[in-house]
Amino acid sequence: MEIQQFHYDNKIVQKFLYATLLWGVVGMLVGLLLAFMFIFPNLTDGISWLSFGRLRPLHTNAVIFAFVGNAMFAGVYYSTQRLLKARMFSDWMSNFNFWGWQAIIVAAAITLPLGYTSSKEYAELEWPIDLAIAAVWVVFGWNFIGTMLKRRQRHLYVAIWFYLATIVTVAVLHIFNSLALPVSAMKSYSVYAGVQDALVQWWYGHNAVAFFLTTPFLGLMYYFVPKAANRPIYSYRLSIVHFWSLIFIYIWAGPHHLLYSSLPDWAQNLGVAFSVMLIAPSWGGMINGLLTLRGAWDKVRTSPVLKFMVVAITGYGMATFEGPMLSLKNINAIAHFSDWIIAHVHVGALAWNGFLIFGMIYWLIPRMFKTRLHSTPMANFHFWIGTLGIILYALPMYVAGFTQALMWKEFNPDGTLVYGNFLETVNEIMPMYWMRAIGGTMYLVGTLVMLYNIIATVRSGSKLEDELAEAPALARIGGRRKAGEKYHTWLERRPIQLTLLATVAILIGGIIQIIPTLLVKSNIPTITSVTPYTPLELEGRDLYIREGCVGCHSQMVRPFRSEVERYGEYAKAGEFVYDHPFLWGSKRTGPDLLRVGGKYSDNWHLNHFYDPQSTSSGSIMPSYKWLIRNKHDRSAAVDKMRVMVTLGVPYTEEDIAGAEASMDAQAAQIEKNLYADPEFVRSYEEEKTYAQQNGEEFIEMKDREIVAMIAYLQRLGTDIKIEQNTEVASENR
Amino acid sequence: MKIVKQHMESIEGIATYPMISLLIFFVFFTLLFWWVFTTSKERIKEMEEMPLDDQHQKPFDQ
Repeated sequence: MEIQQFHYDNKIVQKFLYATLLWGVVGMLVGLLLAFMFIFPNLTDGISWLSFGRLRPLHTNAVIFAFVGNAMFAGVYYSTQRLLKARMFSDWMSNFNFWGWQAIIVAAAITLPLGYTSSKEYAELEWPIDLAIAAVWVVFGWNFIGTMLKRRQRHLYVAIWFYLATIVTVAVLHIFNSLALPVSAMKSYSVYAGVQDALVQWWYGHNAVAFFLTTPFLGLMYYFVPKAANRPIYSYRLSIVHFWSLIFIYIWAGPHHLLYSSLPDWAQNLGVAFSVMLIAPSWGGMINGLLTLRGAWDKVRTSPVLKFMVVAITGYGMATFEGPMLSLKNINAIAHFSDWIIAHVHVGALAWNGFLIFGMIYWLIPRMFKTRLHSTPMANFHFWIGTLGIILYALPMYVAGFTQALMWKEFNPDGTLVYGNFLETVNEIMPMYWMRAIGGTMYLVGTLVMLYNIIATVRSGSKLEDELAEAPALARIGGRRKAGEKYHTWLERRPIQLTLLATVAILIGGIIQIIPTLLVKSNIPTITSVTPYTPLELEGRDLYIREGCVGCHSQMVRPFRSEVERYGEYAKAGEFVYDHPFLWGSKRTGPDLLRVGGKYSDNWHLNHFYDPQSTSSGSIMPSYKWLIRNKHDRSAAVDKMRVMVTLGVPYTEEDIAGAEASMDAQAAQIEKNLYADPEFVRSYEEEKTYAQQNGEEFIEMKDREIVAMIAYLQRLGTDIKIEQNTEVASENR
Repeated sequence: MKIVKQHMESIEGIATYPMISLLIFFVFFTLLFWWVFTTSKERIKEMEEMPLDDQHQKPFDQ
């Protein structure tokens, strides 16, 4: 048989590895800055593009798509070539994948701090960037499938299956969740509204965890752990069961992010059932990874690579035990909206993804540069400080989550809340935020030590070159099954059929959940008193989206006595029918805002945005001074309303024609309301006089951003507000 | 389990759901386990050795 010679493309792997290191440090630095903003809320006072709400999506996107994403590409490009005994299909495509992905990351790093966001978690990027992501992903998939078609290895190793499932599912998720109608080049509205938007978003959000942070990394685990331990995977049979059951079940579990919300009960229950089932394949995979080290545990003592991998797989096991537990309604009732969830995701990100990446880097770099690791003690130091960092990050967040959630729910014997002031519960967990910041710092220090170690290793090594390999060409044996060939053996050498089967497996769950919610009218009972936002409120809502308020404030009062007592009537599905996108949120660093409308005076809101600590002592909300200064650009209001009409929001032609006048009238009324406060009158008039005397342009209050924001906040939840809250504003619930 | 029952009863045509889901799951896992257990030992050995096969990679100076 003809032996062919070819070269493995190592340069593309090297590029992705360098990008991983760079973006890893950036993503973690932003995370650390955010952690310190809990303690010093006005750390970046007055700088809009460094405010918490805008940086939070930057942190999550940088870590998920830049750090973990680039590492995934590096690992996939390295292992795929070797498992298929072929160079990647096209160098041009590999490079397009690399540079396109970096361009997207840079675009995200610019647009997110500027406030261009769709507000849907982990899918915040606006539509032009979404299109770019789709294009780059298609090229990645094409390149991958092309490589499979020119492979020299007949059968496809299980890691390749995991990569395939990743490629297909991420494409499906990204496209369906990002469907939006553009208003302008950098503004769009989700085509789904309210409950439906929430369901699609968390079908996406959950499966971004499943198919971006999990399946590709399981593929990497199935390749790199055997490599590092120098023995085959514990059970290849188990890996087949692991793969199919995991992708089949994972896709259903999304609704566990929406327990006790306004999502129909049947969908919630379905999500719970599948989430509990998920523990079986997840732990199957974990056990398979750990037992690969059977008889090689002595190596773990000396090899930093294996140390990292063992903690990574253990972290996977912990996170995937916790996930099903958190999906139980009684546990979710406590954990949801609290720091417990932050602990959970960081066990996944820091231990499972982070440590597997570190292990992979320590294994790959010396091999690719044909040298030894510059310093093993340094790698061991990284391991220990990283592990302690994870513990010091996660444990305080568990304590914080429990403590705060239980305080939220505690009643006096007379039926009133013990901690009626939300801030009391925040104050209680401040020491935990301190510890978290220290844990995060330790983890970052470890990463920086690795960075130095890697740079030193690369410098001492030889120049990176593409690796020569040889293998016999694959004889054509035709697509049909050979005599005596079993069906699955045939399937294991048929990439296209395997891809189609995996696609079917992941589509079943999505279709069964999403289509009925979109189509069946009875899922969202209409409420006649719910009307569309006025143009000014709509503009205010877009400011709420721009500032990332949803990162800390939910708009979802769950049907618990403690929440109804604190916030007001629980949320109804019919209240959100005009919410493109939904803004339910997933974390309550501050109180829920669903029923905040009418609770405080307009002046209170103005003062609160200017200096949150002045109205709410001990608040950890940063000030939003620029909202109070900035002139509000409302020029797109009519276009926005027209897009909303296309999406089914019943604005009449009259409403649209009168948008300008309506905005002006509502804004003028709010300005008038603000005059109730003598302090406001004094400083506002002073400012006006100053501007006149110095010949500066003066922006009237009614034309500023804050007025639209107040209009929106005062509208929130008032459509079905049952009892008017007459309590004094200073209670800060 | 009253809470589960109460939620379940509120769904129209609930009776068909268990049948459909049982069927989907039964078929899915039966096929999966059939796949796994009918695979021969040699095939498994060949598959699991794939990542460790470095024979085809040549050092640069050859």
